[in-house]
Amino acid sequence: MNCIIVDDEAAARAVVAQLCSQMDDLDVIEEFPSAIDAIKFLNQHQVDVVFLDIHMPGFTGFDFVQTLKNPPKVVLTTSDRNFAIEAYEYEAIVDYLVKPLTKERFEKCLQKVKNALVKQPVQTGDNGQAETGQDLYINIDRRLIKLKFDEIQLIEARGDYIDVKTVKETYRVHSTLKKIKEKLPENIFLQIHRSFIINFTKIIDIEDNSVLIEKNVIPISRSNRPELMRRLNLL
Amino acid sequence: MQEKPNLDYIEALAAGEEDFKKKFINILKEEFPEEKEEYMDNLNRDLPREASLNVHKLKHKLSILGLSESYVLAVDHEEALREGNREYEGKFLKILENIERFLKTI
Repeated sequence: MNCIIVDDEAAARAVVAQLCSQMDDLDVIEEFPSAIDAIKFLNQHQVDVVFLDIHMPGFTGFDFVQTLKNPPKVVLTTSDRNFAIEAYEYEAIVDYLVKPLTKERFEKCLQKVKNALVKQPVQTGDNGQAETGQDLYINIDRRLIKLKFDEIQLIEARGDYIDVKTVKETYRVHSTLKKIKEKLPENIFLQIHRSFIINFTKIIDIEDNSVLIEKNVIPISRSNRPELMRRLNLL
Repeated sequence: MQEKPNLDYIEALAAGEEDFKKKFINILKEEFPEEKEEYMDNLNRDLPREASLNVHKLKHKLSILGLSESYVLAVDHEEALREGNREYEGKFLKILENIERFLKTI
């Protein structure tokens, strides 16, 4: 894992850097006394985690997180306990460390970061291919696996997870139907039930209130049926 | 009696790395006087809210140097300054002077 440290206090940066150096799999790639410089850096570099002071001149840690379009995981470091509740309102913020930091607490924090990275929801890749809308990257055990849209047959909600079914395999991802729906092209995918999104180019047949895709029979909810029928090329 | 600063936290953080310990103490020696000066300057210009931000940063150094009782006063002072109240100014200055003396000995 790599990280950056953002704190206008040199002593505070030194503390975090020293703790990072004592961890097996954490590299500090840059330190910033200024939030603005850190934001510029993050716009150009892939970073796993940011150790971020809440109080910086003219800029709070929360401003920082809100400024970033795709924030990495963030650990807030502060001398003030009063912001803990607010911190957890931000999805990107995974932990809240009160100064002075200790090694024991830092180790726990790092475990939280690792867990958060593993559970990272479905995301599009940031290379050119993903931007063309031809494929989707899903995060499985910290591996980003590329799936072409036309390989996906259907997606089923499973509590806090979704099953992404392709011809060859089913991938279980920590995410929601709502999130993945935003990433899928509307001309191919359609939600036909509160628990199912289908690739309607893969439909074999439709019978009463269900569709068949390969060997999967998927229910159609009454409210979604008109939209499905509208999309089909009916004779 | 005023509590004494110590290096226990820094020693634990260094975990035997003398280079880190030296480097960190040098950072304190450089950064602390600058922060104190900025704090005093803000008070002299009657800018208590700005001074409260300086206290916020300084109080981290109090905890690093094991000054737990002083830290409690710093928290009160920071909050009071935010409200424009300077009642703890004298006591806080003694804490800063205490640290200043200590940093000269290490």
